[in-house]
Amino acid sequence: MSVAVTIESVQKSFSNFAALRGVSLDVQPGELVALLGPSGSGKTTLLRLIAGLEQADDGRVLFDETDTRRLSLRERRIGFVFQHYALFRHMDVASNIAFGLKARPRSERPSASEISRRVSELLELVQLGGLERRFPTQLSGGQRQRVALARALAIEPRVLLLDEPFGALDAKVRKDLRGWLRDLHRRTGHTTLFVTHDQEEALELADRVAILNDGRLEQVGSPDDVYDHPATPFVCEFLGEANKLPVEVVGGQAFFGNRPVLGGLQQNQGGAASLYVRPQHMRIVDDTPLALPGVVEDLRRNGPLRRAEVAVEGLIRRIDVDLASQVAPAIGERVRLRITHGSLFAAA
Amino acid sequence: MAGPSISFTSRRGDCVAVTASSWRQPSILPGFGLSLAITISALSLIVLIPLAALFLKAASAGPADIWAIITSARTQAALRLSFGAALFSAILNAIFGLIIAWVLVRYRFPGRRLLDAAVDLPFALPTAVAGIALASIYAPNGWIGALLAPYNIKVAYTPLGVMVALVFIGLPFVVRTVQPVLEEADADIEEAAALLGASRLRTIFRVILPGIVPALLTGFVLAFARAVGEYGSVIFIAGNVPMFSEIAPLLIVIRLEQFDYAGASVVATIMLIVSFALILAINGIQSWSRGRLGHV
Amino acid sequence: MSDSPLPAAIYRTDRALRDGFWIRALLLTLALGFLLLFLFLPLIAVFVEAFAKGYGLFLESITEPDALSAVRLTLLVAAIAVPFNLVVGVAAAWAIAKFEFRGKSLLISFIDLPFSVSPVISGLVYVLLFGAQGFLGPWLKAHDIEIIFALPGLVLATIFVTFPFVARELIPHMQALGSSDEEAALTLGASPWRTFLTITLPNVKWSLFYGVLLCNARAMGEFGAVTVVSGRIRGLTTTMPLHVEILYNEYNSVAAFAVASLLAGLALVTLALKTYLEWHFADAISAKSRH
Repeated sequence: MSVAVTIESVQKSFSNFAALRGVSLDVQPGELVALLGPSGSGKTTLLRLIAGLEQADDGRVLFDETDTRRLSLRERRIGFVFQHYALFRHMDVASNIAFGLKARPRSERPSASEISRRVSELLELVQLGGLERRFPTQLSGGQRQRVALARALAIEPRVLLLDEPFGALDAKVRKDLRGWLRDLHRRTGHTTLFVTHDQEEALELADRVAILNDGRLEQVGSPDDVYDHPATPFVCEFLGEANKLPVEVVGGQAFFGNRPVLGGLQQNQGGAASLYVRPQHMRIVDDTPLALPGVVEDLRRNGPLRRAEVAVEGLIRRIDVDLASQVAPAIGERVRLRITHGSLFAAA
Repeated sequence: MAGPSISFTSRRGDCVAVTASSWRQPSILPGFGLSLAITISALSLIVLIPLAALFLKAASAGPADIWAIITSARTQAALRLSFGAALFSAILNAIFGLIIAWVLVRYRFPGRRLLDAAVDLPFALPTAVAGIALASIYAPNGWIGALLAPYNIKVAYTPLGVMVALVFIGLPFVVRTVQPVLEEADADIEEAAALLGASRLRTIFRVILPGIVPALLTGFVLAFARAVGEYGSVIFIAGNVPMFSEIAPLLIVIRLEQFDYAGASVVATIMLIVSFALILAINGIQSWSRGRLGHV
Repeated sequence: MSDSPLPAAIYRTDRALRDGFWIRALLLTLALGFLLLFLFLPLIAVFVEAFAKGYGLFLESITEPDALSAVRLTLLVAAIAVPFNLVVGVAAAWAIAKFEFRGKSLLISFIDLPFSVSPVISGLVYVLLFGAQGFLGPWLKAHDIEIIFALPGLVLATIFVTFPFVARELIPHMQALGSSDEEAALTLGASPWRTFLTITLPNVKWSLFYGVLLCNARAMGEFGAVTVVSGRIRGLTTTMPLHVEILYNEYNSVAAFAVASLLAGLALVTLALKTYLEWHFADAISAKSRH
């Protein structure tokens, strides 16, 4: 039932604004892919393009082997969950879910009893059994979201598309629904793409994450892949906090000022580069040749971790360092920082 | 990483793909052609072509005749009355409209909602009905006319009567444009001003009123525009004495009844041009206000 | 307030935030006095004058044949003009609210145009087109078609005057709703008509009703525009407002006010319905576009 989605160098402009500047992406059948990016990066445009709600200026979208330009909206069979759900306010939950089935031409339309059976089935699936006669305004945000999903699933979609599925919900509900959606995807196996600007959400939910910036695809990969091996500085900074050090690469070592901070680099090319290091990849060490000396200027609690802000000579911004539980430096203490993992990008 | 093979490419938008018809953005919603066709056909047939006929007719009179019609004493008197009375009534409406809007938004008193609803009466009441009612009240033997008669103040059948009618029909405009702005004006602006030590008067004149000025101006121009062209509510109370209490729209009707189409068209055209100028003025006020204050 | 136990500081803060008692009293008196003088007195006068000579004469005035034919004509004109403007208004709102195209703001200005044209001119333009000496007059006469001084003229002038009402109410509401409901219906496989009838129309039904209500009130009460095209042929081309004028000019004050009171009743019903809609469906009707 689910199809592979192939996006071939699509471009889309609105008036004078280029929303997508040539994006290609292959999605396997049954895969759950996150389209991640800041606002204005083109992610929602890409989603709407796949749905057929926008038309590409150039490039094409394939479902398996079929060029979707030849399909009407009805023929595409897209399950689309809108950011604000777009539930029909004047219809109760059951009518909302049944809408797509009732809208079919007479010859393909299931019988009334079949429709109502499907509706209850779907409501059970989204854990809203018994709410058939409620109206959208009588539901909580999380419930609306699930009704929207059930409505989209009712037409047995070949692709499920979700636009910021958790964007309008508060933090607690958001977390609950994430796990639930992941579960649901495992059970139903729809090819699914969802748009989000929340990197945590994308990394937690998706099989693969596609990161967009300014209408271009920066990187596609598994959550581990994109987080630990960002392809571009943008991806690195967008996915999580990172300290940025200007370095000079010479002979397999990276130098900050004239001090080597990272060794064992494979690349043979040298020159100016930026080294990005996440706070958890900085360690306070007693002694090592490859280390960055600094002074602890502040200590804060950052969620479950403690964090030190370390001033390093030659850097305007302080370096953030996540502290292992047994390490307890004092403010004003001189420390040495070792970099355990980093991403190096040639300076532009 | 045990996922399916990934292929991704990302390239610069080097292909110039401008949509063929760039006058509208493509949309998947249906019915654009049909709905626009209905709208434009109806608009042309009902509004635009007939208005064009008016300009054509006025222009066909020839420069000398047009000049003669414009400069005739009766035309001048009628236009002067229509615009003068409209201006005066719009000023009165601006003052009282602001007070009424303030009272409706800020004060709580029994019957407030009823009063709020009643403000729209001039929109709903047919003008002819308002006209005969006002005429009967302000006639020398009417409820108010009789009160004023001893002081030798005549309202009905004088220019003063024209103004009374124009105040009536213009009243809702100012109230209804100022009211929403007052409602939306956050109480915290006033609270901030008060905490900064401003007196009540200072808060009102320096903080609240400047925010209302664009809406007040818009309401004033709307009331003025409506008053200039008003006919039904005026003719009963005006007395319609040529050169004294005869308004321009009535002059158009009289010319028409004399089959003086050119005369009617020229006066109508002058009034239309003024109306268009007023629309432009309103648009100007609104875009100025949007730019400065972020609202109308 | 003077015997209030509040500490002085709070009392002073209060003074800085609220109008003092005398200011309140003054403004309230001015507002109420003004409304009484200009709104309520005329309204009361209509009914007082209508019943000045008793209930019998009132009834007689509104049931005599000319009055009845004026009522019939008024209803007929509205029954043609309002549905026409309903269809056009919905079409215009759909095109304007759901699509982006060049010239849109010009189109909106054109639709609003009749609001700023004197009603007399709204009638005049049709006389210039279709009147005996109008551009099409000779042709119409040759083909025996009557427009001016007949029903078609009354209908045309009424449509002109009420042209913007429905679109005016619908456009801001449809714009505020956006298009995602329609997009959802289309992705779920609904046809364009089904989408329009089962999604769009129910979504905007209250603002549509509101627009139609105002359109109807204006259509039935229009005076200036129909004056010009009617020719005032008693019992034939006189709508209710015109009938009121004729009676009034004949110094038949009771009859004039009797018919006028019917129109005033219509206005009150309209106001009541309008207010009801505003109170109960405020979010479905954009309050700013009240007029």
